[in-house]
Amino acid sequence: MNAKTPGSGANRVLVADDNAVDRKLLATIVGRAGFEVIQAVDGNDAVEKFYAEKPDMVLLDALMPGKDGFAVAEEIKANSGDGFVPIIFLTSLTEATELARCVDAGGDDFLSKPYNRVILQAKLYALQRMRDVHQTVQTQRDEIAKHHMQLVADQEAAKAVFDNVASARNLEAPYIKYLLSPLALFNGDVMLAAQNPANNLYIMLGDFTGHGLAAAIGAMPLSDVFYGMTAKGFSLAEVVRECNRKLGSVLPSGYFCCAAALVVDFSRYTVEYWNGGLPSAYLRKLGNSELTPLASKHLPLGILPHDQFKDDTLIHEVSPGDRLFMATDGVIEARNSQGEYFGAERLESLVVNSPAESLFGSVRNGVYDFIGAHESDDDITMVEITVVAEEQLQAVNLQDSLDELGGPKDWKFSYELGPSSLKDFNPLPLLQQVLMGAPYLRVRASAIYTVLAELYSNALEHGVLGLRSELKSSAEGFAQYYQARAKALDQVSGSVRFEVEGSIQETQVELRIRVKDSGKGFDYESYLERARSSETTAGYHGRGVRLLWDLCETVEFRDPGNEVEVTMQWEHGYE
Amino acid sequence: MTIRTELDQDAQKLTIAIHGRFDFSAHKDFRDSYEGLDARPHKYSIDMREAVYIDSSALGMLLLLRDHAGGDNADVEIVNCNADVKKILTISNFDQLFTIH
Repeated sequence: MNAKTPGSGANRVLVADDNAVDRKLLATIVGRAGFEVIQAVDGNDAVEKFYAEKPDMVLLDALMPGKDGFAVAEEIKANSGDGFVPIIFLTSLTEATELARCVDAGGDDFLSKPYNRVILQAKLYALQRMRDVHQTVQTQRDEIAKHHMQLVADQEAAKAVFDNVASARNLEAPYIKYLLSPLALFNGDVMLAAQNPANNLYIMLGDFTGHGLAAAIGAMPLSDVFYGMTAKGFSLAEVVRECNRKLGSVLPSGYFCCAAALVVDFSRYTVEYWNGGLPSAYLRKLGNSELTPLASKHLPLGILPHDQFKDDTLIHEVSPGDRLFMATDGVIEARNSQGEYFGAERLESLVVNSPAESLFGSVRNGVYDFIGAHESDDDITMVEITVVAEEQLQAVNLQDSLDELGGPKDWKFSYELGPSSLKDFNPLPLLQQVLMGAPYLRVRASAIYTVLAELYSNALEHGVLGLRSELKSSAEGFAQYYQARAKALDQVSGSVRFEVEGSIQETQVELRIRVKDSGKGFDYESYLERARSSETTAGYHGRGVRLLWDLCETVEFRDPGNEVEVTMQWEHGYE
Repeated sequence: MTIRTELDQDAQKLTIAIHGRFDFSAHKDFRDSYEGLDARPHKYSIDMREAVYIDSSALGMLLLLRDHAGGDNADVEIVNCNADVKKILTISNFDQLFTIH
């Protein structure tokens, strides 16, 4: 006798035969082979017992009164669902077409009468093994389906988190055009945009290594740092430095984020950028046929330890109508159906040759035309910023409710920075934070920050460092100026002192800011004269002081020119 | 993608040669190529002569090797890069971390 197949649960066999002698013989053979036997006397009985007893295998006489074996087999197969119930036809038929009919009706095997005990047993065991394999596959399939569902659910959740975190909430401005395709988002591309207290636009484009969850994990701390520090008025260098520190501490070794960040200052008309590992961004100046590439000079974020990180940024002058274009490597690595890359040359040619107003659309269409129907490669993240005149900027609405008049009502403080602080500390976020402790100042947060920033950079650059702003009147001079600034800052000595006084009486708010530097002063009379007479805002000359005139009630220089006092006044609730 | 390694005679330098696309599919093989060693080579050389492509996860793998080889004190060179591979290493400024030929 053959050994019983081990480990099988398929033990119950339905035997259907209208011939009582044959049926009993079968039942005996099957029983001796180690199976539990259920007997059915005809077709209808077989169907009833199938439903009632749920056998694991079925032996069916082909020819029975009432329902014949073929009809029974069809019904059983149709109602077995995902389960596999093997059927062996028992038949005295010998015609090949008749035997084939048994298999057509859903039979898994057939056995000709008279029965051979050894063959029947072998077939039962074989079908039992098939059933076992089927069941194993079924169980695994169900498990895989479950895991897959879980994975899809996780990825959807991750994507939702990532979407919220990564897709810039502040990009809905007429001077920004952007595209962040769903696949790019899932592949770890991030686009962040925010305005600092002076309404400067900060944009960061990032490309995390890895996909899905791995990328989503890094996007959260990145956007937290970016939004938090930008809103508080930190400089670009400070923002990227902290992003690097944060990602370094969060991401596992070998994971990092290629990123480029830039700041557009709409009142000084400058763009400052830092690029670590993204393809060159481009500055396209109005009426200029050459692009200025804003190339990657740094390692991506999250690789270097804090003390080795390089946060040096570069600054270019811009004017209204100039355009900035940034993209992740999805654009230059987009491939057409022949497997060719879109490449940096095609991109550059589109950025420089397209009509300015349709630059963004031309690049987008250029890329999509190139990749054709190849949609799986649609991994595109790009953004274009048009430099606009400050008046066209959308004001950030920081209006607090009118009755919020708590906080200090009359106060003053002074704050002095020594040489070591001047070298690498940015006092603006701290000062801004102290000032915003007075709720009635918040409606003017942006103007106040701009005034503080203007006064501080004047005191530091022209006062303490003795740099001449005339340098900035040409493009080359502009670059030289910032080189000289960095060099002078390295060996700075001196100090800058702030004295700030604020008060509110009834609804009358007054803020007085005095800034004194250790420099030797300058001929402010003639400087103011020139600033007054220069109508155009295009010159770099005196732009700073005009800004102060616009925002402050009074601006007063004191001899020998190393001290400035400004006052800002307004009526609370009438902003 | 295949990876072949060769340790020089006095076990001082490990050469890891990359063939084909150097991307995430190489992750395990690449790690195994240096982690499974009994020897502790002082110098690592990644030979890119037969590499046709490198993606950002491969850059991550290079960083892992650099950590393994001693971080800032690691002596890891990347040699025989074709133009495309070199471009990607350059954009990422990996020349600040590795010696690239």
